[in-house]
Amino acid sequence: MTKSFAPSVITANALIEGDVIYLRVDDRWSRDLAEAEILLDEAHAQLRELEASARTGEAVGVYLAEVKVVNNAPQPVHFREDFRKTGPSNYLHGKQEGARNV
Amino acid sequence: MYNYSDFDAQFVAERNKQFRAQVDRRISGALSEDEFKPLRLMNGLYLQLHAYMLRVAIPYGTLNSHQLEKLAYISERWDKGYGHFTTRQNIQFNWPQLRDVPDILDALAEVDMHAIQTSGNTIRNVTADHFAGAAADEIEDPRPYAELIRQWSTDHPEFQYLPRKFKVGVSGSESDRAVTRAHDIGLRIVQRDNEVGFEVIVGGGLGRTPMIGKVINAFLPKSDLLPYLEAVVSVYNVLGRRDNKYKARIKITVHENGLEAFRDLVETRFAELRGEWYGQDQALLAQIKADFTPPAFVDLPHSQHDAHYAANGAYRAFVDTNTHPHRAPGHTILSVSLKAHGATPGDASAEQMRVLASIARRFAYDELRISHEQNVILPHVPLAHLPAIHAELRRAGLATANIGLISDIIACPGMDYCALATARSIPIAQEIATRFEQLQLEHDIGQLKIKISGCINACGHHHVGHIGILGLDRAGVENYQITLGGDHTETAAIGERAGPGFASDQIVPAIERLVQAYLDLRLDPAEPFLSTYRRLGLTPFKAALYPDKQVQDAA
Repeated sequence: MTKSFAPSVITANALIEGDVIYLRVDDRWSRDLAEAEILLDEAHAQLRELEASARTGEAVGVYLAEVKVVNNAPQPVHFREDFRKTGPSNYLHGKQEGARNV
Repeated sequence: MYNYSDFDAQFVAERNKQFRAQVDRRISGALSEDEFKPLRLMNGLYLQLHAYMLRVAIPYGTLNSHQLEKLAYISERWDKGYGHFTTRQNIQFNWPQLRDVPDILDALAEVDMHAIQTSGNTIRNVTADHFAGAAADEIEDPRPYAELIRQWSTDHPEFQYLPRKFKVGVSGSESDRAVTRAHDIGLRIVQRDNEVGFEVIVGGGLGRTPMIGKVINAFLPKSDLLPYLEAVVSVYNVLGRRDNKYKARIKITVHENGLEAFRDLVETRFAELRGEWYGQDQALLAQIKADFTPPAFVDLPHSQHDAHYAANGAYRAFVDTNTHPHRAPGHTILSVSLKAHGATPGDASAEQMRVLASIARRFAYDELRISHEQNVILPHVPLAHLPAIHAELRRAGLATANIGLISDIIACPGMDYCALATARSIPIAQEIATRFEQLQLEHDIGQLKIKISGCINACGHHHVGHIGILGLDRAGVENYQITLGGDHTETAAIGERAGPGFASDQIVPAIERLVQAYLDLRLDPAEPFLSTYRRLGLTPFKAALYPDKQVQDAA
């Protein structure tokens, strides 16, 4: 039996800053996971991943990251994605300095 | 110390110019990431978890004050005001933006520094004993040879696409402070009768398959160094496996083919190559050596130091813990700890870098070293100036008296920064150091090396820690495995796995039980942890780590 598709978001690193970014439903990139498009259908997710991967002038290392949906908002499943969403734990650097759109 | 020749300066400037154009082409879209990635890696630029990371080489760990001040400037101008010193005597900037990196490289070139070959399957930054040129037990300063190797290996046309990365470490003393037995090639300067040469060790390394290096040549004449190294790397380049990344390091090549067979091939290749070296390397070495002429050490009266030492407990603890015998009378080697309790191991703020640079310039012959243990060394400190230096270090938060103690922890960046990591390292180091500071036990515990890696690649040298900690991802949860009895010195050994791993909130209590067991088991306070472990073996420590298991077994 194939595993059913888990809710996912498109994520990558921004080309210039390297910061973690997420693809929104309106095709813009966001630095905030809460704004990411939640993908529930596998075929649609693959298409979105292909589209995002083609944007090589904006994003590096595009991939699908699994999320759980809590109150309609995506939350990381794996701790690695939790750290990517937040920033390092030893200093309040990266996203902890303040979120903004690309 | 070594100053760039016109050739060096021109070479680095040319490379920087090329990289600037490559960055421009990447940003304009003319280069894809697949095309750009190998180019950026050749220049030390990684893309990590949250940002780019630029790894800058500090050849054989040696810096002068101008260089350290430039690193401070770079960290403030283009990063977040600090730098991270690594276990390979590099500095990493964790937050540069892609478009700024060419400017950073130009700034580095102004002080004879670069980031070339700090990544990729090439011969990496050559590391050396951080007490080189100062230690009382030194046979000869290893740094001129390390510089010779740097020049030979930089842009070496045959060795730009090796099967895998290649690390060389050089030591000049009987005591091995350069972890030579855990390098692809380790070189130890040794004395035989009245002649000085190299013991050549090959096939050491940590990572997925840890191995202690094997002696391939017990005594190599100094003048044969480069042709012999070229023979070793050349044989590896042909024989090394390119079919499996995890079997591509020279340690596997030597292991699979056997040391004898590998040595025979090296000898054959060496015989072919030796005649091609006409002595130009020795002429170059003579020039390099002139740059490493030791300072004229002045033995100043140091009554203030003596009085301070007798009267001031904090100063005495600092001196006893952080200094090492120097070869010149009236001098000492001072290790400045970048491991204040609760701080990130190996991080220095721009301000701290400036303080250290200023101290080096005014008091300590303008020399600094970075150790593989992620501390800063002032190699030539007149005792007469030590009280003043201590006072300045204290004001900068740099006077922690913990060198070699339980809170002097090596930790890789782990999953707080590194894209390869499987768990975090830094918070574990912070918690252990903070806990043992609360217990006020670390001076009683004595020499104990804890080394933490956040993945199997072992940048945190956990295999050679007296206590090693390896962070792993176990079913989506951070989990920490303990190894015991590792040793990074001339008596190098790979630690033994103690048993199942611990959750992140259980690892510090586990370390505490382990240390308490050592305190109970040691013969006397003079017996360090490693000796107790070697005397008693794993069993009593395992019992301390897994008390519930003992109850179950007894039931």
